Amino acid sequence: MSESSGIAAGRLSAVDVAANFTDVKDPLDRRRALIEASRCYFCYDAPCMEACPTGIDIPNFIRKIATDNVRASAVNILEENIFGGACARVCPTEILCEEACVRMTQESKPVQIGALQRYATDWLMAREGQPFERGEPTGKHVAVVGAGPAGLACAHRLAMLGHEVTVYEARERAGGLNEYGIAAYKVPGGFAQSEVDFITGIGGITVECGKALGRDVTLAALRRDHDAVFLGCGLAGVRALGDEGESLSGVVNAVDFIAALRQADDLTTLPVGRRVVVIGGGNTAIDVAVQSKRLGAEDVTLVYRRGADDMSATWHEQEFAQQNGVRLKLWARPVRILGTGGKVTGVEFEYTRRGADGTLAGTGETFTIEADQVFKAIGQMLVPDPLVEGGNQVLALDGGKIVIDDDRATSLRGVFAGGDCVATGEDLTVQAVQDGKVAAHAIDRFLR
Amino acid sequence: MADLRCEIGGIKSPNPFWLASAPPTDKEYNVVRALRAGWGGVVWKTLGLDPPVVNVSSRYGTLTVDGQRMTGFNNIELITDRPLEVNLREIKQVKRDWPDRAIVVSLMVPCEEPCWETILKQVEETGADGVELNFGCPHGMSERGMGSAVGQVPEYVEMVARWCKKHSRMPVLVKLTPNVSSILGPARAAVAGTADGVSLINTINSIASVDLDVMAPTPTVDGKGAHGGYCGPAVKPIALAMVAEIDRDPECRNIPISGIGGVSNWRDAAEFIALGSTTVQVCTAAMHYGFKIVDDMITGLNDWMDVKGYRTIEDFRGLATRNYVNWQDLNMNYEIVARIDQDLCIKCGLCHVACEDTSHQSIAAMRVDGARRYEVVESECVGCNLCMHVCPVDGCITMHRVDENKPYVTWKDDPRNPMRQAAE
Repeated sequence: MSESSGIAAGRLSAVDVAANFTDVKDPLDRRRALIEASRCYFCYDAPCMEACPTGIDIPNFIRKIATDNVRASAVNILEENIFGGACARVCPTEILCEEACVRMTQESKPVQIGALQRYATDWLMAREGQPFERGEPTGKHVAVVGAGPAGLACAHRLAMLGHEVTVYEARERAGGLNEYGIAAYKVPGGFAQSEVDFITGIGGITVECGKALGRDVTLAALRRDHDAVFLGCGLAGVRALGDEGESLSGVVNAVDFIAALRQADDLTTLPVGRRVVVIGGGNTAIDVAVQSKRLGAEDVTLVYRRGADDMSATWHEQEFAQQNGVRLKLWARPVRILGTGGKVTGVEFEYTRRGADGTLAGTGETFTIEADQVFKAIGQMLVPDPLVEGGNQVLALDGGKIVIDDDRATSLRGVFAGGDCVATGEDLTVQAVQDGKVAAHAIDRFLR
Repeated sequence: MADLRCEIGGIKSPNPFWLASAPPTDKEYNVVRALRAGWGGVVWKTLGLDPPVVNVSSRYGTLTVDGQRMTGFNNIELITDRPLEVNLREIKQVKRDWPDRAIVVSLMVPCEEPCWETILKQVEETGADGVELNFGCPHGMSERGMGSAVGQVPEYVEMVARWCKKHSRMPVLVKLTPNVSSILGPARAAVAGTADGVSLINTINSIASVDLDVMAPTPTVDGKGAHGGYCGPAVKPIALAMVAEIDRDPECRNIPISGIGGVSNWRDAAEFIALGSTTVQVCTAAMHYGFKIVDDMITGLNDWMDVKGYRTIEDFRGLATRNYVNWQDLNMNYEIVARIDQDLCIKCGLCHVACEDTSHQSIAAMRVDGARRYEVVESECVGCNLCMHVCPVDGCITMHRVDENKPYVTWKDDPRNPMRQAAE
């Protein structure tokens, strides 16, 4: 094995790395935005609008782009989704608004709703702060746990409704997955932090970073010291493979690697394997695979135990990974991780197939992929330990996630929840924003 | 936040966006949907004497330009085909339920004073804010001696306007037909008849298209077609010119104007207001997209006014009329030439061929190392700006002043004018 094998930093020049991690999308300029906006039919009871978890009035904001009424267009977006800028960048529009676009039926070519949303929100964010006013002070104080999309969307709406908010964030920076979990080329240029500043610019929101639930603050104390609590704490735990060799050096949680990448000042100092294996089929798996490739990994193989249609990463994300030179290997599951001298050298997989009853079955045949870095991306889970009071689990959970009703109220009076930590949660930024917004209105009704 | 409230001839409206007298304002159901969407007012579809008229099917024809539907729109529908009593009852209910909105009632009855007197009394009882006299409709009603048959004769316009002022305390707007050689004739007649305002333009006499299989004008009704009334985005330039003509005419004495003709968005409205309109009326855009378009109109006008520093509609109303002059008052010394931004140019060559084939041969088509390049020959350019209009790239071709700020000289004073009066 030569010296160049293994895990190393600086596989690509600084220039190449910079190019690989710049904006993955080319934002629309005015002319292109006008052409695209003119493709929108301004549908009544628009299917795109129904497909958007936050219910943005999409035809209305697009019409306003078409008439150069861009500020009002952005306000239309932001009044339903204060993270409209992030969602324009990271939403899987191909399975949401754009899949529903009537032009898909007509010509399989939807209006580029995400790109237009970005055009409008970028326009406003470049010119002014968030456009909403803080409500008349109610004297009520709400605690929000987690400064991700769910928590900050909730905090912003609560501020609009006149409530004082303190956001407790475990990490050093606010933003949640937008800051720590999304692929860097989707939100370059410090966008996540700019957006946090934009949102908190409404006032009445104090963000206390480095304050983790269960470590620095307790649920009991938050309930005692505030009029209501919103939990938007996400999924802090990472699922383990449970396979032999998982503790070998070079076997890494994908979310930890992405977080380190997002926080790195200089990506050329970030070590990455030459031969990388990613295990998993979600967006995290795609993001870690593509980012590894863009950091200079030579061979990146993403292995998923089922078929392409079963992956939670969308067809668009799968294509994107393939365009980036990631090999997708389907219908295989890890059996054990191989290593020598404490370092990973490869992964042994077993071929799988769908059994007669639809369940996954191994075929008994195996193969091995050599690797000097293995990323585990098989999902995150809620860490339930902080959700106790006096040693008792006080929140109802289902499938390891918090149970909520339509108002995002938990089983505990005055405690609401949303985002990835709730049982109904899809792992979408836009769903988290909707949860936070809906919860804020429910909290407002609860407090009045 | 700009203040969009306005008042025209004594009729108050929370914003300048009204629905014109047309199918969208034919019944309470539609009108309430519109008011709920935010429209500042409506002009109820024209009432006439019972028995109601009977309409045909179909009723609409359109002009599609490069795939853009309803760029022009034409109709052969008549006035309301519902009983007068039903309309009056609904108008009364709507005005009661929506006291802050402008509810204006369009009227068209035969040219006999008692007819007008009777219907005015009936409308007055509804509590409506005003009436609009439909002297404009170019089809169907004109053949019966109403609509544009009245609007084309200034004496009739003045006479009926005067009757209406005499028999009603309500503000009277006169809706003008564009199917005249000069809009000033009927406009001045409305002023003479002491009308409180004018609304224009009504639809333009038209045939939308010909069905080449049926061999009849569209819309076809069992193999035949009639001329209809043309409106929609395509008529806006005609409407703007007529509005401006009235706004600048001293004899029209600043009569309030409700501008109509292809208004589809906030910018169209701002243009009508800049040429003197106080309110605008919309029909085709609403018929194309529904009432929700008023949201863009209200927010867009508001934000534009904020950016420009206009606090109220009056702050910019008529500002462009001041710069609307006759050709002989333009500056003959003003010279501009085209410039092409080579970085933006996509080498389509449209500027060249337009200039070469149809203008002044002042854009050269070149090949530089095999690559296409188009360059302005400034010495030949007359500054007509055709190239700028045909160029598909915004900002690629721009016009630049080259006369080094010579003094403003009109044709009347230009030495090249053989008819010039020698200066004293």
